[in-house]
Amino acid sequence: MSNVTDATTGAGEPMPGDNGTRTAKTENGPVMAADGRPLKQTLRRTLRREKMRALLLIAPLLIFVVVTFIVPILSMLFRSVENDIVQNTMPETVQALRAWDEQGTEPPGDEVFVPLYFDLFKASEAKEHTKLGSRLNYEQPGLSSMFRGTGRDLDDMGEEFQDVFEEIDPAFETAAFWHELLSGAGGEALLKERRDLYEALTGEEMRGDVGFTPSTEMAEMLPWTTKAYTDFAIWTAIEEEDVVAEEEPWEAVYAALGQDLRSPDTVAAIEAYSGPWSTTLKAAAENRDQLPQDSFREMFVASDKDWGSLEAWRTISLYSPPVTAGYFLNSVDLTKTVDGIAARPETQQIYLTLFQRTLIMSLIITGSCILLGYPVAWLLANLPLRTANVLMILVLLPFWTSLLVRTSAWKVLLQQQGIINEILVWLGFVDDANRLILMNNATGTVIAMTHILLPFMILPLYSVMKTVPPSYLRAAKSLGATNWTAFWRVYFPQSVPGIGAGSILVFILSIGYYITPEIVGGTSGVFISNRIAYHISSSLNWGLAAALGSILLIVVLALYWCYDRIVGIDNVKLGG
Amino acid sequence: MSNLTVDIPRPPLNGFTLPLMAVFAGCFGFVVGNVFAQPLIGFLIGAVVGAGVALLAHNLPRSRRNVRLGLIAIFGLIGLILVGPGAMVAGLLIGAVLSWAAYWLDSGAYRSRVPIYYTAGQTLWHNSFLFICGLVFFFLIAPLLPVMWLSFNAQNFFTFTPEMLNFQAEGYSLKHYRDFLGTEEWMVPLKNSLIIAPFATFISVSLGTLAAIGLSQSHVPGRQAIMAILISPMIVPLIISATGMFFFYAPLGNWLEATLGLNRSFVGYLKVILAHAALGVPFVIITVTATLVGFDKSLTRASANMGADPVTTFFRVQMPLILPGVISGGLFAFITSFDEVVVVLFVGSAQQQTLPWQMFTGLREQISPTILAAATILVTVSICLLTTVELLRRRSERLRGLSPG
Repeated sequence: MSNVTDATTGAGEPMPGDNGTRTAKTENGPVMAADGRPLKQTLRRTLRREKMRALLLIAPLLIFVVVTFIVPILSMLFRSVENDIVQNTMPETVQALRAWDEQGTEPPGDEVFVPLYFDLFKASEAKEHTKLGSRLNYEQPGLSSMFRGTGRDLDDMGEEFQDVFEEIDPAFETAAFWHELLSGAGGEALLKERRDLYEALTGEEMRGDVGFTPSTEMAEMLPWTTKAYTDFAIWTAIEEEDVVAEEEPWEAVYAALGQDLRSPDTVAAIEAYSGPWSTTLKAAAENRDQLPQDSFREMFVASDKDWGSLEAWRTISLYSPPVTAGYFLNSVDLTKTVDGIAARPETQQIYLTLFQRTLIMSLIITGSCILLGYPVAWLLANLPLRTANVLMILVLLPFWTSLLVRTSAWKVLLQQQGIINEILVWLGFVDDANRLILMNNATGTVIAMTHILLPFMILPLYSVMKTVPPSYLRAAKSLGATNWTAFWRVYFPQSVPGIGAGSILVFILSIGYYITPEIVGGTSGVFISNRIAYHISSSLNWGLAAALGSILLIVVLALYWCYDRIVGIDNVKLGG
Repeated sequence: MSNLTVDIPRPPLNGFTLPLMAVFAGCFGFVVGNVFAQPLIGFLIGAVVGAGVALLAHNLPRSRRNVRLGLIAIFGLIGLILVGPGAMVAGLLIGAVLSWAAYWLDSGAYRSRVPIYYTAGQTLWHNSFLFICGLVFFFLIAPLLPVMWLSFNAQNFFTFTPEMLNFQAEGYSLKHYRDFLGTEEWMVPLKNSLIIAPFATFISVSLGTLAAIGLSQSHVPGRQAIMAILISPMIVPLIISATGMFFFYAPLGNWLEATLGLNRSFVGYLKVILAHAALGVPFVIITVTATLVGFDKSLTRASANMGADPVTTFFRVQMPLILPGVISGGLFAFITSFDEVVVVLFVGSAQQQTLPWQMFTGLREQISPTILAAATILVTVSICLLTTVELLRRRSERLRGLSPG
């Protein structure tokens, strides 16, 4: 904490005979400290130690603030572009969709619908498909019910295959058949891959023994079946904690076998196959024309006709990458289309209006704060200190009073049966039938917030005005200036930093206000922050909330930077 | 504002005091007349009354006290007879204002605060300016008064009842205070607030004071950047902080519960306390660094010189001197947490409902005027806090030899 002590006492023991050598060396060498080292080095070391000590004192708080505040803010920024839910929920569909031409005129065919079926089946077992539906619903209303509805039909689609298989050979009904048929060696890589996909889907760790390893031979011969059964095995063993070999598989596994049998290569491979259960498989291959012949696309469209719509698929395709600018576009009333970025339909454009309203109302509030605060600050700065301190209490009391108290006060005053209206009606200035509407609109927000933020204008103005010597005004007047000229040309320019500081402070505070507009603002007096809160707690569109928040944050940081340039962060003062 | 006492000449009665008072009282008459739907007649009566008051003030300059008391009593009586007890208060007020104005104008006291060479226009401007400032002060304080008054309402209304306006005892009760103090609905949030705020304050004050001492050293690498980070919770709008914290603390809480097996309600409190502590940090930093600016460094050197180690120096020399700053920073941090709604709304669960949260829900759904009782109690608390901070500030200035005049 002090340079002198460190330099003299902190640098070790003095050496004997030190005095003689020092005088000798100073004449032709570097200047030495008391311990015989070069003074420069000692000083540098002291400085370094001082820096370290300062940093050590700051470190705990810095770490605390970074962890509890900065990281959350960064996580919000990350949320505003994050979009891995589509990729995580339907990984194979997304991959298949890449080959599809979204500019074209046809929705994708079975090359997409087959992986879609298995992805969705898996997701619906894990109850994740509705989340995806809600996510895509933000971009195109109606998609949520499409996912939810089809999620219920997935079992039935598989059962159509299952019934036929079980008719062909009752062995298909047994758990042992599937387990023995598909078990084998060499499938560890496939197992791990499916496990990873599950982890991405559920966000949980899927560790533990599955009790099943797919065989590579089967993975080549019956690719869909092996994948579907592996998924089933992982889910059964780890989430449901059952023994895989004893459980009858999902309907999806039957559907997968049906899908495999549609490929002539697979049929040929089964003909040549001679391992366990080959007769059962061959029977199934021979009777494959009894299986449902509808394509998966037809089944999906039968479940919900929107699956056949080009628009739905374009939306899915546009929002399939893991990172999206969609939320940001959404927050400025734009939307992504296959032809690039376009404006939203007129009826859905609300955010630009809201941003604009937030800015305009914040400006009005800042303006009225300057208007009301300037005279008061001037008075406080020019009164004798004792009187000023007493009057200052009138400014500080609202500042210290709970925000909710002040907001409730304004609710009591402004409502239609409120005090202001009652007085006006009693005095006969306002007709009882046409009471003034002061609340639940922009007026209410502006009045209440001006009151709430006024101390934040007065305090910085006061501290700046306090530094302007009163003799300047007197000098100007004695040089012949009128009162107005003296004020406008001499005093006002010197108080501008105060206005700047106060305005930026009030503006920053008002632009992110939530509580007061929520209570007195109704619908036409609310800010962008109310919309953010709505998306967090009611509509649950968190990505959009994060994007709106990020935009607001950028505006505020820009203003903060200006504030720093004008007044400096160190000069923020509280309580006069 | 000269200190020289110059005899201010009394202004003429006919050319100044009488017409001004007539117009002034006429305005009051206009408003009162409007109540009875006769504004013009009211104006005329008011003008006549105003002229009379001016005459009285002009002719009896010496017995100012008695004349004023008499006038106030007469106006009060008129109000009582014409309307009732409520109007009596209005009458008393009007009487006080009118009689004061008459003497103020008549004695020339309106010029007492301006230099003698000021023209009439300048004097008028000066007094109007004072009047405008008075209005702004009124705007700042007045909204709080009806809240306190209404909190004694015997009815469950957010507005004044006729009984209240006529000062009848049955119009008033302590019912809402009993509701506040006697129901779980309010006591649990109060308890939560009183748990969360002190812990959050403790964290921000202890870490903040250390950091402020570090920041006030002469060589701190990256001082600007560090300061910007530490101040940021105050600058970033609460809604953004709350959004960010919502995304971050929810999974953190789940993790703490699932992995470390911590108690659910403990984790809930922990999350809110950490969030509030972060919000309180800038206030501590600002107040404590401000105190340290005036700190005389030679004191620590002197103490080291006398053999004290840095820890002793800190607690015996530095701490007592910066204590006022630390306490007022702590009070700021406390009030920030005690008054905070948005973050707790997003981060906390129903178990951590705090007092402002309960008030917020109450205001949104308009349940009962118990909110007003809570508000009155909070205003009282804030008056106490304000007094403490003010006393501390003065003490700190005295200690540092910056005593005000």
